[in-house]
Amino acid sequence: MATRTEPVRVAKTPRVTAGPRQRSGVGVFGALSHVALVVWAILVIGPILWTFLASFKTNAEIVGDAPLALPSGYDWSSWGRAWSKAHLGRYMLNTVFVVGVSTFFTMLFGSMAAYVLARYRFWGNRAIYFLFVSGLAFPVFLALVPLFFVVKGFGLTDTYTGVILVYVAYSLPFTVFFLTAFFKTLPTSVGEAAMMDGCSHTRTFFQIMMPMAKPGLISITIFNILGQWNQYLLPIVLLSGNVEDKWLITQGIANINTNAGYEADWPGLFAALSMAILPMLIVYIIFQRQIQSGLTAGAVK
Amino acid sequence: MRRGDVGPAGGLLSAKMRTYGFIVSFLAIPLALYVVFVISPYIQAFYISLTNWKGISANPRYIGFENFGRLLDDEVFWAAVRHHGLLLLAMPLITIAIALFFSFLLNLGGGTGGGRLTGVWGARFYRVVYFFPQVLAVAVVGVLFQAIYRPDGTGVLNGLLAAVGLGPVGWLTDTGLALWAIMAVVVWQSVGFYVVLFSAGMSAIPRDVFEAAALDGAGRFRLFFSITLPLIWDTIQVGWVYLGIAAFDCFALVQVLSVDRGGPDNATTVLPLEIWRTAFTFSKFGYASAMGVALFFLTITFAALSLRVTRRERIEF
Repeated sequence: MATRTEPVRVAKTPRVTAGPRQRSGVGVFGALSHVALVVWAILVIGPILWTFLASFKTNAEIVGDAPLALPSGYDWSSWGRAWSKAHLGRYMLNTVFVVGVSTFFTMLFGSMAAYVLARYRFWGNRAIYFLFVSGLAFPVFLALVPLFFVVKGFGLTDTYTGVILVYVAYSLPFTVFFLTAFFKTLPTSVGEAAMMDGCSHTRTFFQIMMPMAKPGLISITIFNILGQWNQYLLPIVLLSGNVEDKWLITQGIANINTNAGYEADWPGLFAALSMAILPMLIVYIIFQRQIQSGLTAGAVK
Repeated sequence: MRRGDVGPAGGLLSAKMRTYGFIVSFLAIPLALYVVFVISPYIQAFYISLTNWKGISANPRYIGFENFGRLLDDEVFWAAVRHHGLLLLAMPLITIAIALFFSFLLNLGGGTGGGRLTGVWGARFYRVVYFFPQVLAVAVVGVLFQAIYRPDGTGVLNGLLAAVGLGPVGWLTDTGLALWAIMAVVVWQSVGFYVVLFSAGMSAIPRDVFEAAALDGAGRFRLFFSITLPLIWDTIQVGWVYLGIAAFDCFALVQVLSVDRGGPDNATTVLPLEIWRTAFTFSKFGYASAMGVALFFLTITFAALSLRVTRRERIEF
């Protein structure tokens, strides 16, 4: 025993002596790296904070020559204008509705297809799987023109049904790709036991497999909610200027941006921006761990 | 045992039928939606690109590769392709370099406190802050940066420059600068995502690898270039492909942020913007689809090439 502890002690000595030398290296490098980290943090927070502050400024203060000055007073009237006059409240509720419904159906249909593709062997299984996954390789801009006419052919342009169906369809490739891999990692024994006990395929899926797949489902739900909430291209193509009351939030913000110049209501624009940012900020602070893992899930797999 | 109740043959058959019924019922709706709204438009796009369809005539006329011939002489198209080339070279490089630097600091930059490598102080806070822009809509970010980049003294950046006595810069109005200004916004928004991505890659490397190297006297730079980089190569490759594909998009940002939608003087235009404009402003659907096909082949070529070129032997650990 005594001979065994000896080398450990010897090995420990150089470590201790090496300590101070490395520490001084940490000093210079550590200080510089901290500066870099703080600078980037300011670069991220700065523009967002500035937007919030600008929403309280007067028009003259924003157009004036001191863009970095603090607002002279905290006037909430611009928030009221953005909410009611610029219809931001309406756009936001529209988006909550559309994204809520389409995420629900994306997850339902996506996990149904993924489960069957992951767990059942049948003729055409691989072909269908690759059909879904191939959707990941195509840029949506390639489909843009025909997609518009397909939706128009069903009479669904300028309707939420059209937007929701398109959102679901375009969210399917990634959802199916990710969840197929996920269902494959789950143990087969539980589901088989349930089937032996006379549980139907459908019930096994909803009552046993879905709860087991919860971590994967949560990641992809977050991924889809954020992706659909932030979608800009599809709304501007599918919801035209004729149905301005049906517009979604990103469209609304872009439109307020164009109008702010004519109407010279800059505080209103920044209030609208703040209102679009604020819910995301709150949701992000509460769920940041899940959001980070949800968004990076696809890349790590 | 249960099968015995119904008789072996009938039970087997009905169980099989039930399984097939289940498979069909679960696949029918998702597959139908997908084929109607995703697959069929993609296939139609290739056909429409060979026609002179303008949206009014019921029967678009087949014109072969005429649209593609016109594309070759289209200055705006080539400008857009050049911009994608620049974005493709610079954007992933800058984003990945910054993200790697930060993620190294956040995971391993804290020095060898008591022989253990740790991240710098406050690493968790930085990760949370850096990632936030990623959850914002690109359209929102575009509008936000318009105020930052405003060309006169009222812009935030120019306000900062004025504070140190420099004249205002036309960030978005200078043809040589505008695309870089837009690229900076993309980098601003995506660095946090890649910091988190690379951090996940780095935390998967066993700590003793670093500790052994540090014990052998490897400095920070050796630790980064000889150990960290090769071990997270797979993750970097994924990041590269993601950013490359993003370089072929940039639609929302250019549409919202740039002067005159792709200006000044087409200095910032990108293919997605031209496709959208050609189709929905000028109603030249055939020509827009031809651009879409070109974009598709550019994207596919990039993805195939980058997967081939960056392939390395996988290091098991």
